[in-house]
Amino acid sequence: MTLADGIWQQIFVFDDYGELLALVRNSLVAGAALGLIGGLAGVFVILRDLPFAVHGISELSFAGASAALLMGVNVVAGSIIGSLVAAAVIGVMGARARDRNSAIGIIMPFGLGLGVLFLALYKGRAANKFGLLTGQIVAVDTPQMTWLLATSAVVLIALAVMWRPLSFASADPDVAEARGVPVRGLSLAFMLVLGLAVALSVQVVGALLVLTLVVTPAAAAVRVTASPVLLPVLSVVFAVVSIEGGILLALGSSIPISPYVTTISFALYAVCRLVGVRPRRRRGAGRRVTAPEPAF
Amino acid sequence: MASVPHAREGDAGTGEGGADDGAAPVVALRGAALSYGARTVWRDLELEVRPGEFVAVLGPNGSGKTSLVRALLGRWELSAGTLTVLGRPPREVSRQIGYVPQQAALSTQAPLRARELVRFGIDGHRFGPARRTRAVRRRVDEILREVGALSYADVPLGLLSGGERQRVRIGQALATDPRILLCDEPLLSLDLHHQRAVTELIDARRRAHGTAVVFVTHEINPVLGLVDRVLYLAPGGHRVGTPDEVLTSEALSRLYGTRVEVVRVHGRVVVVGAPDSPGAPEGTPHHPQELHERDGVRP
Repeated sequence: MTLADGIWQQIFVFDDYGELLALVRNSLVAGAALGLIGGLAGVFVILRDLPFAVHGISELSFAGASAALLMGVNVVAGSIIGSLVAAAVIGVMGARARDRNSAIGIIMPFGLGLGVLFLALYKGRAANKFGLLTGQIVAVDTPQMTWLLATSAVVLIALAVMWRPLSFASADPDVAEARGVPVRGLSLAFMLVLGLAVALSVQVVGALLVLTLVVTPAAAAVRVTASPVLLPVLSVVFAVVSIEGGILLALGSSIPISPYVTTISFALYAVCRLVGVRPRRRRGAGRRVTAPEPAF
Repeated sequence: MASVPHAREGDAGTGEGGADDGAAPVVALRGAALSYGARTVWRDLELEVRPGEFVAVLGPNGSGKTSLVRALLGRWELSAGTLTVLGRPPREVSRQIGYVPQQAALSTQAPLRARELVRFGIDGHRFGPARRTRAVRRRVDEILREVGALSYADVPLGLLSGGERQRVRIGQALATDPRILLCDEPLLSLDLHHQRAVTELIDARRRAHGTAVVFVTHEINPVLGLVDRVLYLAPGGHRVGTPDEVLTSEALSRLYGTRVEVVRVHGRVVVVGAPDSPGAPEGTPHHPQELHERDGVRP
């Protein structure tokens, strides 16, 4: 057997698949919920140019989760608290893009450093530590599941309520403000919602790879559509396919889940990028804007 | 709040356009002053804009044109005096003000079609799930047809030209059927052809509906033929009047406190020698040289 064959068999293992599947039922349900909210929040992450903020939040979420691990309390709760603190700081300090990026650049390494400290102090199973950074599939037990689903519901409801004014404020802040949309308030509210979504994603794909769920699917969808309905739908589909596909492929192997998820997600993006070379509009094709046809 | 506005018919009462002198003012500034901290940008401003009137707001960078826009939108409080729109504070009547910002203000990256931008103008401010979707969609189509943008309703905004985007902008501003159009440098970075198309669109609306137009610009010539009155803001004061009263060597020299020549060439106004205050804190681009050269150019 060649070395390559050996590696291949480590990556794709399908022995006793049926029994394993039963073990990750929780993760599959959690994955669907994550795909849904990650895909939806991702639309605004792209629209508002926040990928770096997502990364910054996920590092503090990691710090919160590792602190919880060290103290032996609920890891999901720890991760949510870390996320919300980061989101609030970024939201308050960084109203403008430039301020925001420096704020993130400053708190992100601090969060990561704290996380490393807590993990170094933690004497439990090494897999728990590694899982927070790179993801794990059987991490979701039933009490955590309740947390995950409840938080997902909160995110979902919040997004549904503010979807339209948030779209308006994201795409066209000037006019939105003139029309009485609370632009600043929405910005902060969305950061908090994003914080929750990120904290949930950390549980499954790990802190380092949250972007693969919260940014890549929406970025892929943007390449192929500008429809306000199709965009979130495709983004959610891509996110769910990435995470569920990743869980199913990672099942039999000893390798963490994240390379599977990130690869699927990246492949979807690559395909969309190729398919979605937008039709360059009939430039110079005889269609000019001539005298207006005002029908007033 | 939830109503879908429709074009008012026959209540404009201005016939062939132009200002309606007898009507109540739609915008009234009385003894108005505006400051940022210790710096007062303008004071003692008296201005009444009547239905159907076209008022151009001119002045160099830093003279407070953008501040005036912000005040009219209720986003900046006056430091003295009063400002009313339709007799009420501007914030309470935001649906009656159609705002057309500088076209550069819109992100060209956003995955957004012309249709959505117009729709934002109708119900973009409302929280919760969409209602009356079909009626709203019909109204969006109607507006896009009115501004001649229906053929690119489904094209992402990033792929539209500046002139096309500005048409959509005007559609968005008209979505609530406003009594006032507030345009902040709407012709910026448009070529002459599109400048004319956009001004004609605005003028057509004003004539048909008696909509008052407040038009902030650093360049009077594209709208010279339409302007009823000019508000000229300058560092040394301001002046309100018809173009013939305000755009004269005497009036501008007094405003600037230095010798300024106003020359009329082929129906165009050319201002020579007006100093542009450097380091102006406003959003308008800052190329005084270019502006003054452009003043005199028209094919």
